[in-house]
Amino acid sequence: MDEQFEPKLIGILCNWCSYMAADLVGTSRIRYAPNIRIIRVMCSGRIESQLILWAFRSGADGVLIGGCNPGDCHYQEGNYKALRRVTLLKQMLPQFGIEPERLRLDWICASCAEEMRKTVEGFTAQIRNLGPLRLQTPPLLKPIKIEMEVSRHVEA
Amino acid sequence: MSKPKVAFYWCASCGGCEEAVVDLADAILGVVEAVDIVFWPVALDFKRSDVESLYDGELAACFINGGIRTSEQEEMAALLRRKAQAVIAFGSCSHLGGIPGLANLYSRESILNRVYLEAPSVDNRDRVLPKERSEADEGMLTLPAFSDSVRTLDQTIEVDYYLPGCPPPVTLIVNAVNALLSGNLPPKGTVLTGDKALCSECPRNATKPEKLSLKELKRPHQLIIDSKTCLLNQGVLCLGPATRCGCNAACLSANMPCTGCLGPTSHVKDYGAKALSAIASLLDSNEAEEIATLAQRIPDPAGTFYRYSLPASLLHHRAGNGRT
Amino acid sequence: MSGFNSSTNGHPPRIGVFICHCGTNIAGKVNVPEVVEFARTLPFVAVAKEYKYMCSDPGQEMIKHDIQQYGLTRLLVAACSPHIHEETFRKVASEASINPFLFQMVNIRELVSWVTEDGHEATEKAKAMIRAAAKRVLFHDELEPKKYPVKPGVVVVGGGIAGIHAALVMADAGERVYLVEREPSIGGHMAMFDKTFPTLDCAACILTPKMTTVRRHPNITVLSYSEVVEVSGFVGNFKVKVKKKPRYVVEEKCVGCYECIEACVFKEPRFPNEFDLGLGKRKPIYVPFPQAVPPVPMIDPETCIQFRTGKCPKGCVNACGDRDGIDFDQKDEIVELEVGGIIVATGFDTFDASRLPYYGYGIYPNVYTGLEVERLLNASGPTGGEVLLRNGQKPQSVGIIHCVGSRDENTNRWCSRVCCMYSLKLAHLMKERTGAEVYNFYIDIRAPGKGYEEFYDRLLQEGVHFIRGKVAEVSDWAMTPDEENRLVIRVEDTLIGMVRRIPVDMVILSVGLEPQRDAQEVTKLFNISCSTGNWFMERHPKLAPVSTMSAGIYLAGACQGPKDIPDTVAQAGAAAAEVLALTHKSVIEVEPNTAFIDERYCSGCQICVGLCPYSAIYYDEEKKVAVLNEPLCLGCGVCAAACPSGAAQQHLFQDEQLYAEIEGALVGVG
Repeated sequence: MDEQFEPKLIGILCNWCSYMAADLVGTSRIRYAPNIRIIRVMCSGRIESQLILWAFRSGADGVLIGGCNPGDCHYQEGNYKALRRVTLLKQMLPQFGIEPERLRLDWICASCAEEMRKTVEGFTAQIRNLGPLRLQTPPLLKPIKIEMEVSRHVEA
Repeated sequence: MSKPKVAFYWCASCGGCEEAVVDLADAILGVVEAVDIVFWPVALDFKRSDVESLYDGELAACFINGGIRTSEQEEMAALLRRKAQAVIAFGSCSHLGGIPGLANLYSRESILNRVYLEAPSVDNRDRVLPKERSEADEGMLTLPAFSDSVRTLDQTIEVDYYLPGCPPPVTLIVNAVNALLSGNLPPKGTVLTGDKALCSECPRNATKPEKLSLKELKRPHQLIIDSKTCLLNQGVLCLGPATRCGCNAACLSANMPCTGCLGPTSHVKDYGAKALSAIASLLDSNEAEEIATLAQRIPDPAGTFYRYSLPASLLHHRAGNGRT
Repeated sequence: MSGFNSSTNGHPPRIGVFICHCGTNIAGKVNVPEVVEFARTLPFVAVAKEYKYMCSDPGQEMIKHDIQQYGLTRLLVAACSPHIHEETFRKVASEASINPFLFQMVNIRELVSWVTEDGHEATEKAKAMIRAAAKRVLFHDELEPKKYPVKPGVVVVGGGIAGIHAALVMADAGERVYLVEREPSIGGHMAMFDKTFPTLDCAACILTPKMTTVRRHPNITVLSYSEVVEVSGFVGNFKVKVKKKPRYVVEEKCVGCYECIEACVFKEPRFPNEFDLGLGKRKPIYVPFPQAVPPVPMIDPETCIQFRTGKCPKGCVNACGDRDGIDFDQKDEIVELEVGGIIVATGFDTFDASRLPYYGYGIYPNVYTGLEVERLLNASGPTGGEVLLRNGQKPQSVGIIHCVGSRDENTNRWCSRVCCMYSLKLAHLMKERTGAEVYNFYIDIRAPGKGYEEFYDRLLQEGVHFIRGKVAEVSDWAMTPDEENRLVIRVEDTLIGMVRRIPVDMVILSVGLEPQRDAQEVTKLFNISCSTGNWFMERHPKLAPVSTMSAGIYLAGACQGPKDIPDTVAQAGAAAAEVLALTHKSVIEVEPNTAFIDERYCSGCQICVGLCPYSAIYYDEEKKVAVLNEPLCLGCGVCAAACPSGAAQQHLFQDEQLYAEIEGALVGVG
């Protein structure tokens, strides 16, 4: 494994709990690894597999999803919807040769700054150990280099 | 004035799409009446050189079915692209990769090993694997190169229209041919069917409960499926809500769930991911373990949600096996 | 669907990027000039600038000026958290005639400069986030904040001191108030108390005048013996269904003479009175306590002869005579209310001491809870205010055990806040009324409040014993003659480091406060959430302590967490003020992050319908599509995530916007 490898991470956090916790980490001046890029959504219930796979496809080595604690979702049960999707998606990822650990769902309450720091640090370390995600992404449409016999009727 | 020239070709596919053309039945006479089929390997004896001898753009339309796996398919696709004014990706394999595209869950090497060495019916004591070039008494023999992954047609050449389905429903083929003949064509890139999901034309949609949820998941052989009510409501995984309409709910008429061959609507980036998200949302539990138990009732999520669209998906191929 | 030319009339978008130093908060870590240079290279960025304090007046003016000068059509401000200044800069955009939602805030302070050790890393991270936002903002649509009229009127749920106080404040301000109480009388726990700490004024003397004022107030309707069964609608426009349970005495006809009670076939009270926690007796027709509001008796069908046999001489009916106030056929009645705001003041429950069998509650008759002792001490209680043991004798010695069901890993971890003080109060009253020796067994004495520490001092002076230690058990197992026929409290006195046995005649358990048993159902009813332990959660622990995450619904009193009376009243006043601030507006604005369903692409699969937590989506049988009832949508996006055909989307969080943001945060970043 490349010792210099620094993973690229996406964190998709809900507005009311986990994003508030991320804000609080800042306000408390607690440091953590710089690898994560945080995207805010209103509720973890907005997060679905397309967004997660898009993050992997766009170069993320890991995706962290943050929601409110069970029972505390600002929108009643959005976090459970996220849990359902993440559970099924994690079941599929190994079929694609993707370690399920690259996708992590955590409940982090608005006042849980230390937990947020630990989560981000732990996740960064974990993905650093896993190494880069090497996707074999679809080839872009490009002119095909095939030696073709010159047509007998070039531009008649 | 001569009739417009049309070609059909097949790449990595099963031949079912060719059957679909034959399924046009009487309507095919109308097609033959209206166009001049100049290339159709499965039915007519034309050679590659016949295509090469056409002017560029001489074909009014070319219907290509099957995904792209070999160098020969890639070359033919490129050749036909040059010769055709309009290329129509015909059927799920060409449109999204199709069933052969599921091979993208495996590396090229493991596929060749499985097929030529490991399968129980194989008798290959010399462990011979196909090679692109082999010396023989007759001279140098060549085979098309077998690439790393199955690609959709539009990951290979520019595609003008898509006729979705495994195989495309006859009515969609007829409508497409009529549109081509009349020149009354939608914008380039259009999938030639409606842009709503199947529930819109499914007679069972009226039986949906107020709050749809999946308390359990059963495979079709595990129950006697009621022939009138929504399959999701019976706990059978039906992908109709995520799949384009246009087949008139053919599988549901046969009391079987939709498996998604017509692919996603235009506002979905990744069919399998979106279908998975929708189905997972319905799992009727808020407990992590219970959810996991329910989810495990889908033993092969990739094969279930990406049955026809793996090469077109965001991930495209199993990770870590590429040459990159 | 969103397209990035949608609001620029075909002209390429022109983005302005404004990067804040926040003094040294950002600039001390992030190389702002380098980020500005980087921003200038991003597609469609027309201008990128930095400033020391972007939120200051000159900063805002600079943005407005540049919007005009450079003809900007999109705005991006990289500064602090959107929770702090998103509104500020939306307003700036709006004032410079850019739609405020063609703006994106980039949080490079809380998420970058404050949490990153290395300056170079922080700078790179800031760049990535600005790139992400610059990609995202291209897909923003022009939106209008949703505006809705606000209905007058407030429902207050719970008629304890919190609900009573809030109702009076609002009613005095001219607001129409519906006070819903599930017990037969308002008054709550406070009506059960004898004296209140630390001033020792009588609870009834300060509470009952307020109860009477509530009853007489022209702006207050008391719905007693009633429960809220359904809440729908949204801030400013709630519909509340209240079920009035039958009391079999018609409230409107009753004058409160209580002759019916006198005339009951039961000459003496025979049945345990719930209000006295079973320590006193009542008849089948009764008022829970003399000062009850409304002063209307009710009939308990479980014990009434007429209900049980149908063969009662019905003394009550005769006594009521022409007023005809008794109605054995009364049924549940549903009252529908339309109001602008709701205050939830459902109070608390006391800890069930029988959960800790080693303290002997329910086993030894002379083990009481604090609340039971309140009733014994109360002049209108079952003993007329005399403290008598169950054998009729006065106790010679009393042990008060603190923290029963509080500060305990095995029961509740929280401090119930009131037990120390009410234990001190009970200690004082017991000593005063009985002359008994009083022992307090405590972990710590918590007396942080005006006059509280002084009250503790006073108790120490009065000769009440304080033993620091958590009681191990209460038993009747005597080891010495002195302990015969008494209760023995075994405790480690941690101040002298010894295990002690204290024999007493009476044990009072200072039970802690717990959320109401049905707190979970209440949260579902009102769509509010619970924090740990099922206390209702406030919107912000410091800055919005009486608001909930559901706009228009407020909290007052102990339902939010254990509280004493002064704090409860203060909070009730605050909740009343918040509701008035809402109902006195004619129109409210709501952030337009609602969902929308494009019916052209909706197949009517109805997956979203069942998932919406607010029943905001219904299936239109005619059109065969799902339709959003936008006012009910609170913008979680669950439908957008679940919609299998991409027809359901969420404003400000559309697929394309999120894809662009994710891609921008990753692609091409080192």
